Amino acid sequence: MYVFFFAVASPFREAGSLANVLYESSVMGIMALPVALLMIGGEFDLSAGVAVTTSALTASMWSFQLSMNIWVGIVVALLVSLAIGAFNGYLLVRTGLPSFLITLGTFLILQGGNLAITKIFTGNVATDSISDMDGFEQAKEVFASEISIGGVDVKITVFYWLVFAAAATWLLLRTKFGNWIFATGGSKESARAVGVPVTFTKIALFMGVGAGAWFVGMHILFSFNTVQSGEGVGNEFLYIIAAVIGGCLLTGGYGSAIGPVIGAFIFGMVSQGIVYANWNPDWFKAFLGVMLLLAALVNLWVRRQATRR
Amino acid sequence: MTDNTTSPNGAAVNDKPADAAEPVVELRGAGKAYGNVRALHTVDLAVYPSQVTCVLGDNGAGKSTLIKIISGLHQHTEGEFLIDGRAVQLSTPREALDKGIATVYQDLATVPLMPVWRNFFLGSEMTKGPWPVRRLDIAAMKQTADTELRAMGIVLDDLDQPIGTLSGGQRQSVAIARAVYFGARVLILDEPTAALGVKQSGVVLKYIAAARDRGLGVIFITHNPHHAYMVGDHFSVLRLGTMELSAARADVTLEELTNHMAGGAELAALKHELAQVRGVDVDKLPEEKDLAAL
Repeated sequence: MYVFFFAVASPFREAGSLANVLYESSVMGIMALPVALLMIGGEFDLSAGVAVTTSALTASMWSFQLSMNIWVGIVVALLVSLAIGAFNGYLLVRTGLPSFLITLGTFLILQGGNLAITKIFTGNVATDSISDMDGFEQAKEVFASEISIGGVDVKITVFYWLVFAAAATWLLLRTKFGNWIFATGGSKESARAVGVPVTFTKIALFMGVGAGAWFVGMHILFSFNTVQSGEGVGNEFLYIIAAVIGGCLLTGGYGSAIGPVIGAFIFGMVSQGIVYANWNPDWFKAFLGVMLLLAALVNLWVRRQATRR
Repeated sequence: MTDNTTSPNGAAVNDKPADAAEPVVELRGAGKAYGNVRALHTVDLAVYPSQVTCVLGDNGAGKSTLIKIISGLHQHTEGEFLIDGRAVQLSTPREALDKGIATVYQDLATVPLMPVWRNFFLGSEMTKGPWPVRRLDIAAMKQTADTELRAMGIVLDDLDQPIGTLSGGQRQSVAIARAVYFGARVLILDEPTAALGVKQSGVVLKYIAAARDRGLGVIFITHNPHHAYMVGDHFSVLRLGTMELSAARADVTLEELTNHMAGGAELAALKHELAQVRGVDVDKLPEEKDLAAL
């Protein structure tokens, strides 16, 4: 894929373009990681896209409307995001309803709530700029700064992305909890029968998605100073697509943390590559759809080969 | 077991082994109702160390309900359930495990896509290191899994292969070895040979004997009297939720067992019905009194 765009689009060959591709990939990739873990655990979260916006809106409005230090807003946003995840998880394990239904409900609640609550407090569809608030520069340094490498400015999210991916891999393959994730997604009944805390695992995974949404939400807030309340719709599918392209099984029990990193990177290359190649960006979604189907077929084939001995 | 139960021929059954003092697990008049459906009623059962107690019964006889009570998945609604002589009410499988009761389910309770060694330690993983970097002790787990499997006579060339790639008999054996390793005193096997061929069944029966020889009390649930008779020390036949027969190995023959399984008395009744149908030769079928004597 990289070679393909490298060949057809000359601007793609510049180091700056790679930094752009990586940035695009990282914003999506950070979110794709917890979504992938959740998927390995056998569930998925349709509210993940708008939850990012919810988190950014919470931090922004809490600080601005209450005239507090920006860090207070950031902490409140984290609590709200974790609470949304816990709510999803708790409802799921209590009712036994499919995650599709429950998170679709949360998705709609958040989408509507984002718009309505923002309008109540700001009278507008976007939040007020928080760039002159206490602690803004500090927080921007943490969530949305750039680091120069060999004359190329690379966004800090790229580094976070790689660190988080490494941490997720370690969690998945080297810890008890990782074992539980695979077991919960692979066979919930069996896992429960041998003493795996299935309920805890599921709620923790949903809260992990909440934490991811918070992080990406903070990045968006401190990159643009202001948040559009209608943003994020549709992104939940992009995260799921990245995880599936990366080899995670939609039904759970199989996958990796490196997979969604590759998936997000492919996503970044396609979305930027089309622009650099001077193609009509309208083709992007079509391209993505083809990628998804191909990935799903390759995954299926690989798994058949692996289980047939 | 069931010192107060009489077998159909009227003789008191007393199979309590002389050397084993107390049963590890005992049910006294236990039963279970789902709403107003009584799945199990006044069942007595005692499990002693180093003994295989076979529970036989047709589909729907209440075998599954019985093991679900003992393994902590369901609670009994009547009678008593004693572990080491003390009455208990288990609410989760974890509790049963902590008391030394391990269950190997019909559907195996393994996660097919996970490697053998991860399945072996699932839910009871070995870890090392202090909290923030506490991690799985993979080398030790693989080593232990390999040793334990070999001790049970199971040799696998690759512990990293998904357990789903093993044969049904091998998977049963891994599950049994796991239960033995984690200090089970009572091992419940739910239809371990039901989905297996003759040879695979033999493999599993061998491991049942191995578990018994290591001092475990084994509850072997099956609907195959031949398999039961090969390893069993005591036989309990369930029928429509109640105990129809409870006898020590010395007091029952394979034929009698098979007959009870087939529903002895009902067969006799069926014979009389068949006698009224022309063309069916009933002379060679056993009489009700013969069956009742069993």
